[in-house]
Amino acid sequence: MAEIDLQNVQKRFGDFTAVRESSFTIRDGEFFVLLGPSGCGKTTTLRMIAGLELPTEGKILLDGEDVTYKRASQRDIGFVFQLFALYPRMTVRENIAFPLKCQSVPRAETKRRVEEVAKLLRIEHLLERSVSGLSGGDSQRVALGRALVRRAKACMMDEPLGALDAEFRHLMCVELHALHDRIRATTVYVTHDQTEAMAMADRIAVMNHGVVVQIGSPQDIYDRPSAMHVAGFIGSPPMNFLRFKSSLAQGQRSVQLNGAAIRVPTLRQAVAEGELALGVRPEHVTISDAGEIRGEVFGVEYMGTMQIVTVNTKHGQLKARIPSRQRVQVREAVGLNFDSERLVVFDAVSGSALKSRLFEESADG
Amino acid sequence: MAEVVVDRVTKRFGDVEANRDISLTVPNGEFMVLLGPTGAGKTTLLRLIAGLEKPDAGSISFDECDVTDDPPAQRNVSVVFQQYSLYPHLTVFDNLAFPLRAPVRRVPESEIKRRVEEVARLVRIDHKLANAATRLSGGEMQRVAIGRALVRRPSIYLMDEPLSSLDAKLRAELRVELKHIQADLGATVLYVTHDQVEALTMASRIGILEQGRLVQVGTPQDIYERPANIYVAGRLGIPAINFLPVDALPVEGAPQRTAKVGARTEHIELVPAVDGPAEVVLVEHLGSENFLHLQVGPHKLVTLVPPGERWHSGARARVTLRRPLCFDTAGQLLVA
Repeated sequence: MAEIDLQNVQKRFGDFTAVRESSFTIRDGEFFVLLGPSGCGKTTTLRMIAGLELPTEGKILLDGEDVTYKRASQRDIGFVFQLFALYPRMTVRENIAFPLKCQSVPRAETKRRVEEVAKLLRIEHLLERSVSGLSGGDSQRVALGRALVRRAKACMMDEPLGALDAEFRHLMCVELHALHDRIRATTVYVTHDQTEAMAMADRIAVMNHGVVVQIGSPQDIYDRPSAMHVAGFIGSPPMNFLRFKSSLAQGQRSVQLNGAAIRVPTLRQAVAEGELALGVRPEHVTISDAGEIRGEVFGVEYMGTMQIVTVNTKHGQLKARIPSRQRVQVREAVGLNFDSERLVVFDAVSGSALKSRLFEESADG
Repeated sequence: MAEVVVDRVTKRFGDVEANRDISLTVPNGEFMVLLGPTGAGKTTLLRLIAGLEKPDAGSISFDECDVTDDPPAQRNVSVVFQQYSLYPHLTVFDNLAFPLRAPVRRVPESEIKRRVEEVARLVRIDHKLANAATRLSGGEMQRVAIGRALVRRPSIYLMDEPLSSLDAKLRAELRVELKHIQADLGATVLYVTHDQVEALTMASRIGILEQGRLVQVGTPQDIYERPANIYVAGRLGIPAINFLPVDALPVEGAPQRTAKVGARTEHIELVPAVDGPAEVVLVEHLGSENFLHLQVGPHKLVTLVPPGERWHSGARARVTLRRPLCFDTAGQLLVA
């Protein structure tokens, strides 16, 4: 297993910069997720680590060794793609054994390792079956098996669950997570699906326009987003933004929205008059007659124990996640209150979060 | 808009009974959602109402008028399918106007303009009316497809998984929009889906289908809180409801004949205890909450906990089930 170190890595395709100077370290044994919308550079980053693309600038170290210009085959890295290509004429056993056959591993050793991996993935009973009749999930398990059997230094996964339906994807997420808990292989996982990233990652790197915007644990990124892009990308529904204009002083403990003073974590930074946004997670909103911010209910979505209420306000549309037992009607005029400890103020032009006491709390608090 | 009544309808394809003796009333102005997995018969029922299939037995009527033998065109229904098919050579405006320009309808052009613009505002595509249909994003195309159905005033709107080809964020947006539009128009809608979130959030009433049979009809709250049987209970709830034998854990409030209990997060009380019978095997982050996967003897249990409660793999807990759903040996709900 290995630590992967990226130093000022950049990738240009002609005039287009796919990845801008990125530097970060993927720790030994970590499940590291590259998350972002399509075109953000996450797959290019993964392909550079794997050796399928050469960086235009910068260095990639695998366990301290410079592998920047080494071929993929010399890097000792396993790979799983979204469209799992299995050899249709071979059995499950032959498919999993294939990488070992290429490395001329002795037969007894191959048998032992294939069976070990099959047991780990719970597909021992399928070993002698042909892969052509397998379900989507079992095919994906075989593809995983083929990547794991090599015991490579690290494993790269590019949207391996993207082709599966939602319910099944969640099941495979749980399985992958549990599998990683058992074998602790350094894993780099690319996805555009924030729920997958949140569910599985030890740490997430959120990317946008070729830049790594924030790196942290799932809860840290969720609670303390450094930018509107991150806050709006993560959570379902994602963070709400209430737009307002103001100037703010360092040490200020509230912001003014239409005359209402909203308490926020103490600001550690001043800003000149400009466009700002107050970031509020849906579960940190309560609906009451006495709320400072007024709005009209646009939609009510029953979800069982909880409901999601969409409210139109002067500062934009906002979603609140509240218990279903509270009765709320469409078109009703309502007041909104926020959990003041959890609010984030953003510069709406640059998208960056303003420094505040919130960001000083412990990283996994 | 009309009241639609399906009366003891059966439809067979060869040996397969796709719909078995189904009776269902969709009152005027209701948003009815049919929920079931692939193969449950929900699309067949929608196609029977549209007139695209003929029942082997039973009848279908719109406002007390029997339409069982009427072809689709005479029934005055509007259908939206999962795969939006727009006319690629036409603009958004002309796509929306298309149903009104059918020769039999003879709608004056000024009226067409008025209605297209109204619908375009409703589905928020009014800024792109002059665009070619091919120069739209997937979400915009689906909004045009929905708009094309809305531009007419049919007896009923029939929608077959219209959101399932869209990404999660857009789906969440259009769920709210669609419900809002339906309420504004007072439209009668029959909506088919396998997605429980769509059913819970949009339906006035949900009909649950299992292997061609309609097993329960009720409001989302009815079905969530009082599912008729184990099958229905298993269709709703995130995370999925946990089924356990009645003696697996301490249970409060189980009637005598209980064989199996169904426990959702709101029924599960967890107390950290080093000697507790439940072991945390996995913590899954959602951000707003965590999914906690527990192992209790041979049974698995998944529940939600706030992110502030710091559970970790290997931690142990005592579990009590408070007033869970209780089922008899036949899997039917027992009411305490």
